[in-house]
Amino acid sequence: MLAMLIRRLIQSIVVMLVVAFIAFSLFQFVGDPINNMVGQEASAQERAELRERLGLNDPIPIQFMRFVGNAAQGNFGISYRMARPVSAVIAERLPATLELAMISAFFALSMGIGLGVYTALKRSGVLSNFIMTVSLIGVSLPTFLIGILLIYIFAVELRWLPSFGRGQVVRISDWWTTGLLTPSGRASLILPAITLGLFQLTLIMRLVRAEMLEVLRTDYIKFARARGLAQRSIHFHHALKNTLLPVITITGLQLGTIIAFAIITETVFQWPGVGLLFINAIRFVDVPMMSAYLVLIALVFVVINLIVDVLYFVVDPRLRATKH
Amino acid sequence: MTITLRAVVSGVAATALALSTAVSAETLRWANVGDSLTFDPHAQNHGQTHTISHQVYDSLIYSDHTGAQTAGLATDWYILDDDPEVWEFQLREGVTFHEGQSLTADDVVFSFERALQPNSDMRPLINTIVEIWAEDDYTVRMRTDGPNPLLANNLTNLFIMSREWAEANNVTEVQDYSGGEENYAVRNANGTGPYRLVSREADVRTEMELFEDFWGMDQYPLEVSRIVFTPIQSGSTRAAAILSGEIDFLQDPPVQDVNRLQAANDIVVRNAPQNRSIFFGMDQGRSELRTSNIQGENPFADRRVRQAMDLAIDRNAIQRIVMRGQSAPAGMIAPSFVNGYEEELDRVTGTNTARARELMAEAGYEDGFSVTMTCTNDRYIEDEGICQAVTGMLGQIGVQVNLNARPNSIHFAELQNGELDFYLLGWGVPTLDSHYVFDFLLETKTDNSGAWNFTGWSNEEFDALSRQLPTETDLERRNELIAQAWRIAQEEVVYLPIHHQVLNWAMRSDVVMDVHPEDQPMIKYLTFE
Amino acid sequence: MTTEQTAGDQPLRPSLWRRILDSDLLYSFLRKPVVIVSFVLTVIIVLAAVLAPWIAPHTPFDPASLNLMNGFTPPFSANEFTGDTFILGTDSQGRDVFSAILYGARISLLVGFSAVAFAMILGVGLGLLAGYKGGWVDSLIMRVADVQLSFPAILVALMIFGVMRGVIPPQQQDQMAIYVLILAIGLSDWVQYARTVRSSTMAEKNKEYVQAARLFSVPAHRILLKHILPNVTGPILVIATIGLALAIILESTLSFLGVGVPATQPSLGTLIRIGQDYLFSGEWWITIFPGLTLLVLALSVNLLGDWLRDALNPKLR
Repeated sequence: MLAMLIRRLIQSIVVMLVVAFIAFSLFQFVGDPINNMVGQEASAQERAELRERLGLNDPIPIQFMRFVGNAAQGNFGISYRMARPVSAVIAERLPATLELAMISAFFALSMGIGLGVYTALKRSGVLSNFIMTVSLIGVSLPTFLIGILLIYIFAVELRWLPSFGRGQVVRISDWWTTGLLTPSGRASLILPAITLGLFQLTLIMRLVRAEMLEVLRTDYIKFARARGLAQRSIHFHHALKNTLLPVITITGLQLGTIIAFAIITETVFQWPGVGLLFINAIRFVDVPMMSAYLVLIALVFVVINLIVDVLYFVVDPRLRATKH
Repeated sequence: MTITLRAVVSGVAATALALSTAVSAETLRWANVGDSLTFDPHAQNHGQTHTISHQVYDSLIYSDHTGAQTAGLATDWYILDDDPEVWEFQLREGVTFHEGQSLTADDVVFSFERALQPNSDMRPLINTIVEIWAEDDYTVRMRTDGPNPLLANNLTNLFIMSREWAEANNVTEVQDYSGGEENYAVRNANGTGPYRLVSREADVRTEMELFEDFWGMDQYPLEVSRIVFTPIQSGSTRAAAILSGEIDFLQDPPVQDVNRLQAANDIVVRNAPQNRSIFFGMDQGRSELRTSNIQGENPFADRRVRQAMDLAIDRNAIQRIVMRGQSAPAGMIAPSFVNGYEEELDRVTGTNTARARELMAEAGYEDGFSVTMTCTNDRYIEDEGICQAVTGMLGQIGVQVNLNARPNSIHFAELQNGELDFYLLGWGVPTLDSHYVFDFLLETKTDNSGAWNFTGWSNEEFDALSRQLPTETDLERRNELIAQAWRIAQEEVVYLPIHHQVLNWAMRSDVVMDVHPEDQPMIKYLTFE
Repeated sequence: MTTEQTAGDQPLRPSLWRRILDSDLLYSFLRKPVVIVSFVLTVIIVLAAVLAPWIAPHTPFDPASLNLMNGFTPPFSANEFTGDTFILGTDSQGRDVFSAILYGARISLLVGFSAVAFAMILGVGLGLLAGYKGGWVDSLIMRVADVQLSFPAILVALMIFGVMRGVIPPQQQDQMAIYVLILAIGLSDWVQYARTVRSSTMAEKNKEYVQAARLFSVPAHRILLKHILPNVTGPILVIATIGLALAIILESTLSFLGVGVPATQPSLGTLIRIGQDYLFSGEWWITIFPGLTLLVLALSVNLLGDWLRDALNPKLR
């Protein structure tokens, strides 16, 4: 167990280094950073001086080492666009994205499991088939279009829900703000969370359904039936429990995807999270911000992967047995 | 974990849901596509940044919604009779900054010196100033490099900071990126303006509230006591936000939604010609274009080709379809309120595809040529749509245009590096005088002139005329020079003007505010019906 | 076939085509009207897209053929200036929406199919290699997969576009955009194939029939191709079908973020992006018709994939 953990940790560090290198290369590819830092009329001498002070004349490996060193301490430099430390801006915006991601993951998970179980048990029911087909519409329409349609219906026509922003936000501590504690904050979460979660919902629902169908056919369930256990108990205690492992894995892995795909949802709903920050960074060629975002997303993924691996290990005794 | 509910930062939709019309009459919720980039008044020469700063900071002089120069912190300004190189500004007395400091001439001197630093983006506007000093506590003088009768025009966005505050907060320098530290002035402001900055979250929300000790309490309506500014990037979301009553004032409704907004009974849309003209530039100075199939010669260098392109563009169709009527087709790169504007020059070239083809043939391009057109897709109203339309129209005379539309950050970087053959540009004339256009767009590109002339066009006669303007004090003679210069540029078809933009401001129907030609709403003027 | 006969007990399972004939695939197909409709719709759209140059009434990709004054003509009605009529109306540039859909579907399908093919070849190849070889090869490939997974499709595409912007000269960027899209979408999708194939390969390679083949010194590539690959064809086909729908949607999302194909040669996604600006102002047809086409296409393909998965899974019958 410990050996596995250490091995996975080392692998994760290598992954992070590779990502850091890609993020670092952005600085080399995307224009001369000096142009972003000085006024249009700065002289060649002033530029050269700034270049020297920023260490842009050093060899690439040294610059990369410095980048990694700084990144490890959370220092990604100053955003060209916002003239503020990148890490501070990201820290401010992260709660908005995480909250949205969590809520939509929760939405996707609860609805997905519920509908998945239902459609598996009532496999050939009319409603089941209807749900299966409708759910496909959710994944067959681009996210941004779903978002816009939701805004059109619920914000413009019905005027039930806000069309943009986070609503009233409460600061819980220095590093966390939440919209969950105010009515307008909760109302603002609904449309973006649905937009973002719809795709995952479909995925989870179909996964649960498929796994359930498989489990229901196993001898284990047949024996349970033969023993005369109640249907309900069989379905939820025996069958569902056994389908949850892959569901946990997929949901865990999808959490990172949700955070990344939040870029689109955040753009449509003007949600003040890191995704919107990233899109703006691309528009303004704000390289420090872009590279920091990439490293951050990679970190989220690596950490989630690690957690999922460990969970798997803990949950599934067979894996422990075979690995030893 | 102990949860301390401190500092309830109110959110965008706090009072938003339109179900309750009990919105505080004094709060103005204002939205626009882009945010202010910084509150440091000298770090960026950028429209929306200045617009927001105008609520918090004052300039010596500002231009009001009629375009007239109006007294801000200066009550009077003039060139000294005995020395045409020296401007004198009389300052308003009894002005206090938001944090209590009194405004004196020393603050003005400090602010100008700060704006002249290398890191300052405002330097190009005032780099003719060679010396600035305080005559007494309320008199400032500036010496320019040669007589500069138009200096005052360049000061309308030059904001005045407090020296004491700047020194106390270590912001005497404009943001220096090598320091790795955040500049205090980026998110904090201490101006003399009507509104005090309360909270600032870049890209998300900026809140300002009325400054009770504002010097102009008796001069302006000041009916808004609190401003909540929110940038919203997506056009549809912006339109949705005002339709659903989540905002009170939308500075830039998408053109296609103007009709729908007008039809809504709780919204009014006010419009006015904007101080900005849209046009195409062609690199005619190079011996060969970078992106053309024609090698060894530059088709744009031939005036007949430029004329043909001018004839091929149907500006009225662009106005009607692409702009939904929200533009004024143009023949010159200066709107009607600029000194030197002539209706005759602004008359739109009639579309004549047959004649255009003849001209192409005469120039030796009967088979046409290809070229890449570079456009912004997030800067001007319907910029990408305009470019697409022109692509089609030029295709009809054999000019095969490859359209490359991208964000303005990239567009302007490449443009300023002189890398573009055929590009879209918009230009405003903040000084309201044609010389500004000549100086930036038409004079031969050197270190001191033609800063935005990327066409490679260079005309000695034109340069000679234009360079007399700054020091010519006889106005009649000066206007004559301007007219001559315009005629040369028009004759040569240096640029292909498309239209002058029209500004639309959408607001709650009880909000009254005149549209400002430079798209700078000044909330101090706003009243409620 | 009964449930007891799962893959494990069955040496040398028959090939996919064999199973199509044997295993009631056709029968199951004919019994499901939804699936038949999906199939027919997919075929119609694909055919219409392929034949676009011959059946489209206009050539929407030729800017010179457009008349701007035709802009915003509603469906089935004559334009007030030119008197021209268009079945599904025109967009902001006077482009015939029907023709634009046909040509747009062509680009979307081209990007979709190519990206899927690219992802499939890459993913299956690497998955087989990783699963069969194991050890450090497996570790390396799966770590690369992890790195790649650290960057979801959108980020991969945005990064590739950023790099390409630096590498490709501006005048060729538009022509290259479609290849960059294929590369970006393909690269973002191979991991799924690799993971599936790897796990199947790992499971299969210890089975008796593969062990037996090894004993007879059958070369590795033959074992992989002849014995292991046919067993994973089903899952791969399912992933590919759903991947096709995903690729088409991803393409439209990328163009929403401004990195897709140029607006002068719009795909379905680009058409929707351009059209959505006009949704509130009443010109619904510009975005609704391409949107519907995309929906029908993606939905049909998804339904086919869905059915295929169930039909190919012997445990579910």
